[in-house]
Amino acid sequence: MTVASIKVTESPLVLYVLRRADDALILGHRLSEWCGHAPMMEEDMALANMGLDLIGQARELYTYAAKVEDAGNDEDKYAYLRDVRQYRNLLLVEQPNGDFARTIVRQFFYSAFADLYWRAMMKSKDETLAAIAAKSEKESAYHLRHTSEWMIRLGDGTDESHRRAQTAIDDLWAFTGELFHADQSDAGLISAGVATDPESLRDRWIDTVSNVLSVATLKRPASDWMQKGGRTGNHTEHLGHLLSELQSMQRTFPGATW
Amino acid sequence: MTTQNIQLWEVFIRSRNGLAHKHVGSLHAVDATLALQAARDIYTRRGEGLSIWVVPSNAIVASDPAEKGMMFEPAMSKIYRHPTFYDVPDEVGHM
Repeated sequence: MTVASIKVTESPLVLYVLRRADDALILGHRLSEWCGHAPMMEEDMALANMGLDLIGQARELYTYAAKVEDAGNDEDKYAYLRDVRQYRNLLLVEQPNGDFARTIVRQFFYSAFADLYWRAMMKSKDETLAAIAAKSEKESAYHLRHTSEWMIRLGDGTDESHRRAQTAIDDLWAFTGELFHADQSDAGLISAGVATDPESLRDRWIDTVSNVLSVATLKRPASDWMQKGGRTGNHTEHLGHLLSELQSMQRTFPGATW
Repeated sequence: MTTQNIQLWEVFIRSRNGLAHKHVGSLHAVDATLALQAARDIYTRRGEGLSIWVVPSNAIVASDPAEKGMMFEPAMSKIYRHPTFYDVPDEVGHM
């Protein structure tokens, strides 16, 4: 037995909040996949901690989206009962963990953005979003610090760690453009001071990333070609597999609790 | 990656202002910066600390358990070193 997906009425604010919630949930879920499998116990804990921070952010954002949408949905329904085309997360965060270097590079690209983003969102005219930002900013600042340190050690470590880190950078670079993309739905929220214009964060993100890559003796890819689609539900083939695992319980046993 | 060749660190946490840092355990990390971060991730997840020290385990000079007779037994018979032979005046109250 399976259960049908919910319908979501995506007003600009609901869509905006769901996009950020989906980023946090999917990346948090990816990190949770490392639990028990990380290269060392210390890093197993660090990755799980970051994953829990992100899932905590997702829960607050979903709860807020549910309140704004006011259609009887809640955090669990958004997470468990939307199919892949209804998810609004960045393509970057759904990319598979790969090796440890790839997970760190993905997290570094995202956290370098999230750190700037949440800091800017603390000034949002939306009080709930500003409060979520204040909490999330401290978490993201630590994620950035932790992944920056690993970028440097992987890049400036052994030939093998350097090669793996550079390969991950080259493969994931095309997914970073979407971080700075805003669409028509966001425009009104940006002009109302509810949302930050992500484009305004691009130069500082490039600075942060370039500085760390330079210390790490890693190269920034020359290509400017960027992939996009996650914000409108056009995902890579990886998200469906992730969701099939994440949602299997609620899809098979609707409403199950324990 | 194997942890066999990664340095061992001892972790000390101060739970509140005014208290001393207390040994809570150890961990593996390649250098001091990552040791501090690992200590944060492993030992302060439930709000245990306000301050962390990490010390390379090999920087600790330890007494030899085989010498515990020489080291510690002479103190056993010096019960007068315990401050239990003084009458504390009532006015002092709880010490």
